Amino acid sequence: MSADSWLLLGKALWETIYMTAVSGGLSFLFGIPLGVLLYITKPGRIKENPALNSVLGAIVNATRSVPFIILLVAIIPLTRLLVGTSIGTTAAIVPLTLAAIPFVARIAEGAINEVPSGLVEAAQSMGATPLQIVSRVLLPEARPGLINGMTITLVTLVSYSAMAGAIGGGGLGDLGIRYGYQRFDGVIMLATVVILIVLVQLIQSAGDRLQNYYDRTR
Amino acid sequence: MIELKNLTKVFKAGGKEVKALDSINLSVPEGSIYGVIGSSGAGKSTLIRCVNLLERPSSGQVVVDGQDLTTLTEKGLRQARHNIGMIFQHFNLLSSRTVYQNIALPLELAGASKDEIETAVSPLLELTGLQDKRDSYPSQLSGGQKQRVAIARALASKPKVLLCDEATSALDPQTTRSILALLKDINRELKITVLIITHEMDVVKTICDRVAILSYGQLIEENEVEAFFLNPQTDLAREFVRSAIHEKPVAEVESRYQPEPSEGSRPVVRITFVGQGVVDPLITRAAKQFGTDFVILQADIETVQGKSMGFLMVEILGEESEVEASMKFLKENVQLEVVGYVS
Ligand SMILES: Nc1ncnc2c1ncn2[C@@H]1O[C@H](COP(=O)(O)OP(=O)(O)OP(=O)(O)O)[C@@H](O)[C@H]1O
Ligand SMILES: [Mg+2]
Repeated sequence: MSADSWLLLGKALWETIYMTAVSGGLSFLFGIPLGVLLYITKPGRIKENPALNSVLGAIVNATRSVPFIILLVAIIPLTRLLVGTSIGTTAAIVPLTLAAIPFVARIAEGAINEVPSGLVEAAQSMGATPLQIVSRVLLPEARPGLINGMTITLVTLVSYSAMAGAIGGGGLGDLGIRYGYQRFDGVIMLATVVILIVLVQLIQSAGDRLQNYYDRTR
Repeated sequence: MIELKNLTKVFKAGGKEVKALDSINLSVPEGSIYGVIGSSGAGKSTLIRCVNLLERPSSGQVVVDGQDLTTLTEKGLRQARHNIGMIFQHFNLLSSRTVYQNIALPLELAGASKDEIETAVSPLLELTGLQDKRDSYPSQLSGGQKQRVAIARALASKPKVLLCDEATSALDPQTTRSILALLKDINRELKITVLIITHEMDVVKTICDRVAILSYGQLIEENEVEAFFLNPQTDLAREFVRSAIHEKPVAEVESRYQPEPSEGSRPVVRITFVGQGVVDPLITRAAKQFGTDFVILQADIETVQGKSMGFLMVEILGEESEVEASMKFLKENVQLEVVGYVS
């Protein structure tokens, strides 16, 4: 492979990491609180609010059912509003984040669901406030599950970021399509696939390690 | 210390109403260990969960340490709960926290400083014998050790009341004994009032001062433990006492057993002795004095409230007048009850 090809691959790898990391971070920032909200507003929970719960649930489900490639194009006005442009790597972060937030929210809700309800009762019997129950009991106890969910989210974002090429987001997937499919350059396409495999492996094993470190149930 | 007044709890589940508690009136004296027994589904857990308002009663009052909890605001209730420790059947420890951190939790929630926490937790580790488990995680502990952590945690906020919901039901008999002994120590040394919910009479027998029986949401009997064992009033109470003294029918006699007397039948009586009665040779004296014979069908001595209690099932043989006379003599000295006849 030529030096030019290496340069292309390096740039694309950076774009993929940038898109995944930023949209991943933002989706955790908004998705985990949303997941907590979904959990605590269910009937019978510490801040039950059936109306809010159904509204949030409906929004989350609706966002999750829109195919990503449609979402990417449909929210172009919003993207322009938020980052000033609707094309490029940074612009791709907006739809990626928006797609990932409800995904993270459901995963977080599921992880918190696994915390035995007896722990919440124990905390209530000690006079804990709802906020303390979330911060001292639910989130720490759900941490291994949350880390597992974040790992899945990052891996999913790596593959979703390939579609960001549609709005000029760049990245490895986009490079692979442009060189492999449109210019019949098999070497570059193969190289992008290999790098993607390695990247996903790294994310997964780092996530597994972190999860193991925090899992005290074994 | 705990006063339940006309406590009623109705659950609405799928259109149907379940009256889990029906106008319960109950009073737990300060410094005592109070037991509530009942069969599965009787409403025991609902009752104890109403005491710290984990379950809101449908009507009635819950007065703890002079304060009616049902009238408090959220904030006031949280404050009051610092005064009421609780332990559970399944321990409910946080798996992500060490023993030390678990015990520290109530103090953290109340906003205590690191130093305050250290000063409060160390003696609790000592009291519960967990010094060398300080930095272990719950998954590394046995059931008995987990319950000790839960007890230490419940005591961390220096409560006046300790609620125990089936605290020993998940433990083996030996561990149960050690946990009960710990609860007794805590009651005596820290002067904490203890309310215990259980379906095991052994628990009541071992540590309770008073006991109440719950049946289908109603409190049907209440007494001092010794009196309860000596003189149970309801069928359910008698059944519980019998389970505690491991009474069972004797195979050889059962086929000849009848509830009413008939020509030539002989009475079977249950004799209950307390304290000194256990060591007095009353049976042999009756035998000598009236010329009656005694067939011992079953005998058991239990420790209730630190006192010995003897339970004896005997068949009395002899002339009718002699049998009558020896029963009268025994009744003057011990509790005697005719349970049936054999022919
Ligand atoms: N949250 C609830 N919703 C509806 N019904 C309930 C609820 N909690 C308890 N009940 C009902 O109330 C009754 C009493 O239940 P409770 O759990 O207090 O019994 P228990 O005496 O503790 O039984 P066990 O010994 O099996 O624990 C039962 O009929 C139960 O089905
Ligand atoms: Mg129960």
